[in-house]
Amino acid sequence: MAVRVQAQDFDIGAEIAALQEGRTDIGAIVTFTGTVRGTTKAGDITSMTLEHYPGMTEAELGRVEAEAHGRWPLQGSTIIHRIGDLAPGENVVLVVTASRHRHAAFESAEFLMDYLKSRAPFWKKETGTDGTGNWVDARESDEDALERWAKP
Amino acid sequence: MTTNLIYFAWVRERIGRSHETRDIPDDILTAGDLITWLASQGEEYANAFSNPDAVRVAVDQTHADHGQAIAGAKEIAFFPPVTGG
Repeated sequence: MAVRVQAQDFDIGAEIAALQEGRTDIGAIVTFTGTVRGTTKAGDITSMTLEHYPGMTEAELGRVEAEAHGRWPLQGSTIIHRIGDLAPGENVVLVVTASRHRHAAFESAEFLMDYLKSRAPFWKKETGTDGTGNWVDARESDEDALERWAKP
Repeated sequence: MTTNLIYFAWVRERIGRSHETRDIPDDILTAGDLITWLASQGEEYANAFSNPDAVRVAVDQTHADHGQAIAGAKEIAFFPPVTGG
C-alpha cells in the first residue's frame, strides 16, 4: 500500500513495475488516471490549482486504501495525487490496484476513486481564459456514487 | 480552550488567512457552535460562514459533523466540500 501527494508528475509504467517487483502472484492490475479537462461548463480554462490539507490528506487516503484492502483481496495498491498548478491535459491522480483476479482490481480501483473524490481534502480552483479563478463546486453525483459501496 | 483553526479554499480566501490560534469560549461545545461564534468575529468571518451548511469541518484531521463536540481538540479545520480526484 502506498499513498503519495506530490507536485511532480507520475510515471504509470514505473508505478506498475514497482507493484510487480519481485512477485509473480499478481494476475490483474488496473490503473485509473485522472487528467485536467481544459473545458468546463463555464468555458475554457488555462490552469487548475489543487490545494490540500497536509497531514489529513495522507491520513484520509490511507484510511480509504485500508478500507479497500479490507473489502477485496488485493496484492497491492498505489494512490498518487498531485497538488499545485496544473495545465489542461496534465495528470492529476493515479490509482493502481493489483489482485489475483480482475474483478477485485476493477472494483477496488473504482471504490478508491469514489471515496477519494468525496473524502480526501483536496480543492480545485480553475483559472479561465479571462484570468478569473473559480473554485470548483462539489458534485452531488460524487456523493451518490458512494451509496453503492454502502455495506448492508 | 486554545485551539488552532485552519481554513482552506474559499473559506481561507474570504477570511483572509490560512490559520490562526484562538481562545474559544467555554460555552462553545460543538463544531456548529464554533461556526456560529466565528461568524460573529468580523465581516470577513460573517462572509465565510454566511451559509454554515456549505462549510465542512475536520477535528484533529478527521471529518466531523457540525454536531460533534470539540472539547480537547488541538486543530479544527473549515473548508468547502472536497473536489479532488
